Amino acid sequence: MASKKLGKQTLRLDNPPSIIGSGSVVGPKEGQGPLGGYFHRVCKDTLLGEISWEKAERKMLEEAMNLALEQAQIQPSEVDFILAGDLLNQIISANYTARAFDIPFIGLYGACSTMIEGMALGALLVDGGYADKVLHGASSHYDTAERQYRFPTELGTQRPMSAQWTVTGAGATLLANQGMGPYITHVTFGKVIDRGIQNANDMGSAMAPAVADTIITHFKDTGRGPGDYDLIISGDLAVYGHAITLQLVREAGYDLNKNYTDCGILIFDPAQDVHAGGSGCGCSATVVASWLLKHIWELKYRRVLVIGSGALLSTVAIQQGESIPGIGHAVVLEKFE
Amino acid sequence: MELFKAFVVGGLICVIGQLIMDLTSYKIATPHILVGFVAGGAILSGLGIYQHIVDFAGAGATIPLPGFGHSLAQGAIEGAKTNGLLGALGGGIEKTSVGIAAAILFSFLAAVIFNPKGD
Repeated sequence: MASKKLGKQTLRLDNPPSIIGSGSVVGPKEGQGPLGGYFHRVCKDTLLGEISWEKAERKMLEEAMNLALEQAQIQPSEVDFILAGDLLNQIISANYTARAFDIPFIGLYGACSTMIEGMALGALLVDGGYADKVLHGASSHYDTAERQYRFPTELGTQRPMSAQWTVTGAGATLLANQGMGPYITHVTFGKVIDRGIQNANDMGSAMAPAVADTIITHFKDTGRGPGDYDLIISGDLAVYGHAITLQLVREAGYDLNKNYTDCGILIFDPAQDVHAGGSGCGCSATVVASWLLKHIWELKYRRVLVIGSGALLSTVAIQQGESIPGIGHAVVLEKFE
Repeated sequence: MELFKAFVVGGLICVIGQLIMDLTSYKIATPHILVGFVAGGAILSGLGIYQHIVDFAGAGATIPLPGFGHSLAQGAIEGAKTNGLLGALGGGIEKTSVGIAAAILFSFLAAVIFNPKGD
């Protein structure tokens, strides 16, 4: 009998772990966006002195993790596990970054939901007494993602209006069994939901049903509603996915109109010509690790539901005529006074 | 006047491509435009129509992708006349060989000298 399970998909943590440090490293475009002042480091370009985009991405992830450790004044030797992932084949950004640390590594793939997936799993490790300190990280890079999922940027292909701009950035958080908060109090793991969207240039619409499903299930499992949260924020549904999620959740009887936003909408200004908004693991990772944690720390939001959103496709699946399945994983971040 | 005609015709061909991209479903992607234009140029060339466009607009018709299709088709036709079946197969590539080699050489040089900007 799973005593800490609420309803179908939610877990309640009896000893809520605390986030004790975070780091975020972004590219210049993100630095020029509305949240530019919150990121720990804004890079001058997206290559970081490396000879490939892929090498640059790993450099950012490693730096984000080091920044989180520095902020908490923790040595890598004190960390029990690293949980990390990214968008590339075989999650090489995470693998090769973990190579630089002498810490047991658990690699994850949740597409753009990886950061929240990692935070949820890390929270379980700490709450369950299996770890004292866990480091999470996720990264994405505009050029590596375009090469991975669509066309290499060297080709100069045009992007349609519903496309999103993959965030060039890496975020990391350090979780511990003791601290001043923000705490992770609940996690809700999502189911894969596929409504038949096939357009790889419109991820937001493909992921929205899964995110809506996780939100609704979370409310049912916990008995809470939108009013119990100061903020509900999804990972990277951007403009179109955000609207669809609002509608789907409203149909289930919950009104998110007052306090629901999305990292993909926050991270860029429409004037930056990013079409529908930001996406990628780095989107939720950098926004959570900087802007969101700061706002919770300063008690501007005390209780926040964060839902990472992932599109679980590959180019091969799309070429073979498959549609795009989505997933949404949620954590509740809370700071008691 | 020649420059103007080349500009207008070449530009119009690109406008057609842009309209196709903007007005069709996401399933029509840039590779479809590429293949469609080359094939379209080859067909118009085989029917004898494209040569008139070339006579009118010069480089405005030969440089865009349908112009490449035109060269492929004309090369195949010429090859067929001199060498039969083998000429039909090889003629198109023979006629476009300098263009293809130049494209490979210049893009290689560009890749060696410059770094991609990314955005």
